[in-house]
Amino acid sequence: MLQIENLHATVADKPILKGLSLTINAGEVHAIMGPNGAGKSTLGYVLGGRPSYEATDGSVEFLGQDLLALEPHERAAAGLFLGFQYPVEIPGVSFVQFLRESANAQRKARGEDPLSGGEFLKLAREKAALLKLDMDMLKRPVNVGFSGGEKKRAEMVQMGILGPKLAVLDETDSGLDIDALRICGEGINAVMRAPDKAVLLITHYQRLLDYVKPDFVHVLAGGRIVRTGGPELALELEEHGYEAVAA
Amino acid sequence: MAISATLPTHRDEDFRYADLTALAPLWPVAVERIVLAAGEERALSIANLGTGAVARELEVELGDGARFDLHVLNAPQAYGRIAVRAVLGKGAQFHLGAAQLAGATQVVELVTQVTHAAPDAVSRQVVRSVAGGSGTVNYLGKVLVRPGADGTDGSQSIRAMLLDRTATANAKPELEIHADDVKCAHGCAVGELDPGALFYLAQRGLPPETAKRLMLQAFVAEALVGAADEETMLERAIAALEAML
Repeated sequence: MLQIENLHATVADKPILKGLSLTINAGEVHAIMGPNGAGKSTLGYVLGGRPSYEATDGSVEFLGQDLLALEPHERAAAGLFLGFQYPVEIPGVSFVQFLRESANAQRKARGEDPLSGGEFLKLAREKAALLKLDMDMLKRPVNVGFSGGEKKRAEMVQMGILGPKLAVLDETDSGLDIDALRICGEGINAVMRAPDKAVLLITHYQRLLDYVKPDFVHVLAGGRIVRTGGPELALELEEHGYEAVAA
Repeated sequence: MAISATLPTHRDEDFRYADLTALAPLWPVAVERIVLAAGEERALSIANLGTGAVARELEVELGDGARFDLHVLNAPQAYGRIAVRAVLGKGAQFHLGAAQLAGATQVVELVTQVTHAAPDAVSRQVVRSVAGGSGTVNYLGKVLVRPGADGTDGSQSIRAMLLDRTATANAKPELEIHADDVKCAHGCAVGELDPGALFYLAQRGLPPETAKRLMLQAFVAEALVGAADEETMLERAIAALEAML
């Protein structure tokens, strides 16, 4: 599904990713762990196409397409969802308004019929219930006045509504209390655990992986993947720290 | 205040950024007087959307405890100037929400002077301006608190959005306070659409033009909230915005 080869990327001309390679197949859950400043968030932004995060070398193929050649909204329509570590507040624009437009823009790009207002609301209500988020919150401006945990749950609701093929989730577990962590973890499983979907979890900690069991764990350090293993690698990291394991 | 028969120059503070060439044939502008009796409540919406140049001078007098809600959509396809002078009696309330749009080479401006002449009056000004192309949006607004007007509560929230590097926004919120017990807040910002928010919307699948449009609509709508004919005003503002983009 996703094939990253020798990816180099800069942020404001500073090299951050230095030859990262990673292959994710349909049906798999991968976790990328690593110390602060290793380039984890940069990887998410480069895949999402954030301006000023520039891929300078290497390639990224996503479902047979050259991902790096696509605009951010085209990547979304191709099936890529990026869960933000810090979801942005947008005053005056409601979730339902922008999500319906987003969902339908994606459907249009894929040659599908648009969702009617009723169909969209039914879908939104269903996903909000899954993440135990009050539907009324989706009528409010995007993330405005939401707590850290509510923002993360709202990200997962959006993922549920948009139904991506690949979700890259950047520290979805940060800022969550124990209950919210479980709800988000179960939400990820419910939405993304399918033979034709895949997940890339970017995280510092083992705790989210108790709920969303990864098939592969990678350690990112110095802009490259320095170790790959199974779920046991996350436990090893938790016990011994990055320095010992990545060395 | 009487209007001088002589055409102002850029040295006159209220006309500092005015398009004087466009103003000349309209000068002198007739003053429209609006007088609210004590306790009276009134709302007025002005939509300035025509093709010709427009200049209006409003003088509003609010009696004790009166309330005046003024909403302005200043988006003509030529020079548009709206000047409002309001004098507030004891406990009066003056609310102004104004949306301004200027594209091409237009100059669109709002000039206000709000005088708190007696105690306990409230004034609120929310101005949202968008300038694209080589357009110019101006806001010159003074809040004057006269001696003895204690308990005054005034606020100015002024924001302008520039769509192109060639567009201009001038904003000058001004306070002149001659009383002691006064609360006057003002915020003023000129900027561009938040690139982080645009990326967030794009990542969910919105094409950049749609994302930009949604954010601008929301921005302009902040000024029109609470208008008696809010929906109509908003529709007209969105149509004017569409024409500009």
